Amino acid sequence: MIAPFAEVQAFTEATRQGIGVAIGLAFGFALERAGLGSARKLVGQFHLTDLTVFKVMFSAIVTAMLGVFWLGFFGVLDLSRVYVPETFLWPQLVGGLVFGVGFAAGGLCPGTACVAAATGRLDGFAAVVRVFAGVLVAGLTLERAPAFYDAAARGPQTLSEITGLPDGVLIFIVVGVALLGFAVAEAVERKAHA
Amino acid sequence: MGPDRGRAYADPYLAGVGLGLVLLTAFVVMGRGLGASGAFASGAASLVGMATPPYAAQSPVFVRYPDGFFREWIVFELAGVVLGGFLSAKLAGRVRVEIERGPHASAPRRMLGAFAGGTFMGVGAVFARGCTSGLALTGGALLSVGAWVFMLATFASAYAVAPLFRKSWR
Repeated sequence: MIAPFAEVQAFTEATRQGIGVAIGLAFGFALERAGLGSARKLVGQFHLTDLTVFKVMFSAIVTAMLGVFWLGFFGVLDLSRVYVPETFLWPQLVGGLVFGVGFAAGGLCPGTACVAAATGRLDGFAAVVRVFAGVLVAGLTLERAPAFYDAAARGPQTLSEITGLPDGVLIFIVVGVALLGFAVAEAVERKAHA
Repeated sequence: MGPDRGRAYADPYLAGVGLGLVLLTAFVVMGRGLGASGAFASGAASLVGMATPPYAAQSPVFVRYPDGFFREWIVFELAGVVLGGFLSAKLAGRVRVEIERGPHASAPRRMLGAFAGGTFMGVGAVFARGCTSGLALTGGALLSVGAWVFMLATFASAYAVAPLFRKSWR
C-alpha cells in the first residue's frame, strides 16, 4: 500500500496546504469548464431543459468510484485510510430537504457559487455570502439541539453494510443506473429542445 | 444551453470524468475527498471562537473545526476552487461582471433567489455535515449511506420547489 500518500508518508503542513490549493484549482477548473458556474445552466436540471448537473455528477461519481475500487483491489490504495463521510440519518435527510430548497432557489451550490462569484457573477457572490450566514446561524442554533444533530449516528457506514451486497455488486448497480440515467437525460433534452 | 459569452462549455461527460479524476486524486493523495461548505463552517467557527470562545467550544458544529480558518485543509482547497474557476473562465473568455438571470427577469428577483438559496444551503449543509461536493459527490463515490440519503433528499426537494423560482430564468 503506497496510498493515501498523506497518510502513508508524513506530509508537512505546507505540503498539505499546497496540495489543497492544487486539487481545489483542478476542481474549480472542471466545474467551470462544465458550465456549472452558471446558475442558468444548473437550474436547467430542475426544469428538465439541461441535464448537465446529472451528467457531470454521475460521470464523476462513477469515475472516482471505479478508481477507488480498482486501486484498492490491486493493493495500491489502503481503503481503511480513506475518510468516508459519516452517516447521521435524520439530520442528513432533513439537511438534504432544506439544502434542495436552497439549490433550486439559488441555482447554485456552495462550491459552484464560489466558481460563479470568481467569474464575475454577483448572484454567485450573494449566494456565497448567504451560505456563510446560513452556516453561522445554523451552527449557533444547533448548540441547543445536539440530539437532532447527532440523531441516528451510524459512523462511516457504507451501502454494502446495510444491503449485505459486496461493493463490486453495488458498484455494478450504480454504473448501470448512471448509464440508464444518461440515456434518459439525452432523451429528455431532445424532447425539451424539439 | 450554451454560455451567453466566450467559448462553449465542455462536453458534460468529459468534464465529469475530469472531475472524477480530480476526486480520485484527492482520495489517493490526501485520503479524503473534495468539499466546499466545510470551509464556510471553519470560517464561522473561527469567527464565533474570536467573539465568544466558550460558545464556540460548546457548539457541536463548531467544535469540528478546532484548527482555525487558516490551518484547515478545506479552506486551502476552496481557495483553489476560486482560482481554478476564474482561470478556466478567463481562458475561455467567460469572465464578466453581471447578475445572471432570464432575459425577462429583474435583477432584484434573481438576487432575492440567490440570497434565500444561499441561506437554505448553509443551514442544510450544517445539518447534513456537508454539501453537494463534500457529502453527495465525495460520499457518493465511496458508497456512504448518508451521502446517498442526502443526495436523494436534495434532488427531491429541489424538483419540488423549482417551479416557484422559474420566473428568474424566463
